[in-house]
Amino acid sequence: MSRALALLRRETALAWGRGGGPLVSVGFYAGVATLLPLAIGPEPARLVAVAPGAAWVALALAALLSLDRLFERDYEDGALDLLVMSPTPLEITCAIKCLGQWIATAAPLALAAPIAAIALGAEPRLAPLIFACALVGGLAFSFVGGIGAALSLGARRGGLLTAVIVLPLFVPPVIFGGGALDAMAGGLPWASGFLLLSAYAAGAMALGPIAMAAACRNALS
Amino acid sequence: MIPAPAFLSNPERFMAFSRWAAPMFGALAAGLGLAGLWLGFAAPEDYQQGDTVRIMFIHVPAAYMSMFVYACLAGASFLSLIFRHALADAAARAAAPLGAAFTFLALVTGSLWGRPMWGTWWEWDARMTSVLILFLLYVSYMALRASLDDETKAARAAAILALVGIVNLPVVKFSVDWWNSLHQGASVFRADGPAMPPIFLWPLGLMALAYTAAFGSLWLVGIRAEVWRRRAEAAALRAARS
Repeated sequence: MSRALALLRRETALAWGRGGGPLVSVGFYAGVATLLPLAIGPEPARLVAVAPGAAWVALALAALLSLDRLFERDYEDGALDLLVMSPTPLEITCAIKCLGQWIATAAPLALAAPIAAIALGAEPRLAPLIFACALVGGLAFSFVGGIGAALSLGARRGGLLTAVIVLPLFVPPVIFGGGALDAMAGGLPWASGFLLLSAYAAGAMALGPIAMAAACRNALS
Repeated sequence: MIPAPAFLSNPERFMAFSRWAAPMFGALAAGLGLAGLWLGFAAPEDYQQGDTVRIMFIHVPAAYMSMFVYACLAGASFLSLIFRHALADAAARAAAPLGAAFTFLALVTGSLWGRPMWGTWWEWDARMTSVLILFLLYVSYMALRASLDDETKAARAAAILALVGIVNLPVVKFSVDWWNSLHQGASVFRADGPAMPPIFLWPLGLMALAYTAAFGSLWLVGIRAEVWRRRAEAAALRAARS
């Protein structure tokens, strides 16, 4: 248990400190949110309609940013070899890595998401749901993204490859979360979308580490 | 347990079998396709859809193949991942571009059918979106294979990705039941029998068999090409060493 906690502390610290961590993700997120009204026009009526969805899709893109360092960092300096040899099962190690990634980048993004959505013109009553969707969706993005990051270990242009692998798998959570936000904005029942998003995140947390561990073992073989 | 893959897992036996099976499947596909097209054009116009109902005969089999080929790809990936069998990996590698082509065909013909029937080329509806994801999965499978230099590592990584992508298959199949979809529900394989008169069902069934035979033929040709490529590479390495 203490080993797992130490690993979680290490992963969180690395994701937080090295390579900008939350600053880069939140900065990228704010940049996308700023570009949006410039691209589609600043009329409030138009922005209100797209604000929650835009905030949500920008979140999925921001989650991609830090993925390429998730395993690559440890692969390059040899730490991954040590992690494979440690008594903790590699599946648990991979899950902890994704959890640390989530704490360091997705949680700050979840705080930024409602602010960005409201700045774009979304109604403030949507803020709690945006926060919850970002938190749960971040879990799905992190665990599904980890699969892509582990698979593209040792590839040329690994970061781009990770995006190509991961984006099709990001589609369901983006649909579910966007559907929930859209339903709540329209005064419809929104729980089903949020529950589907939570189910997808739970499935990713259960199955993702198995695929990640297999991919890591393959990359190191 | 499964005699056919076990019998064919021997490369020599596979090459001897596929040498005859590939052209035979091809001839079968041509015959069935011609018969299906003939019946398809002989079928009367639909009372609602008019002539465009004939798009069904090329669209529905392509959509069915897009899922069938992914199942083959995932099955071959599973075998290559567990048994580390070179032929299974060659099969997975050869299936991916074929599956992508069938999926692309399904998307394009569906779009061409949707324009006159629904008044739109494309709708972000559950069935279409999930098939588009299927297409992107094929693309990312091929991209992953292409960007890892070490071939055995690339094969295993791609196999893992193919197995992860299976989650999309039931979503494609049941998307029309789970969500309110513009796309119609299942009309052939239903508990209460096909909701289609035999005059349309016959050409549809023949075309589906023709597509399957065509895939079988092209798949075997692709696997043979892959086996030859590996033999050529091994021969080149031997020649370079001596």
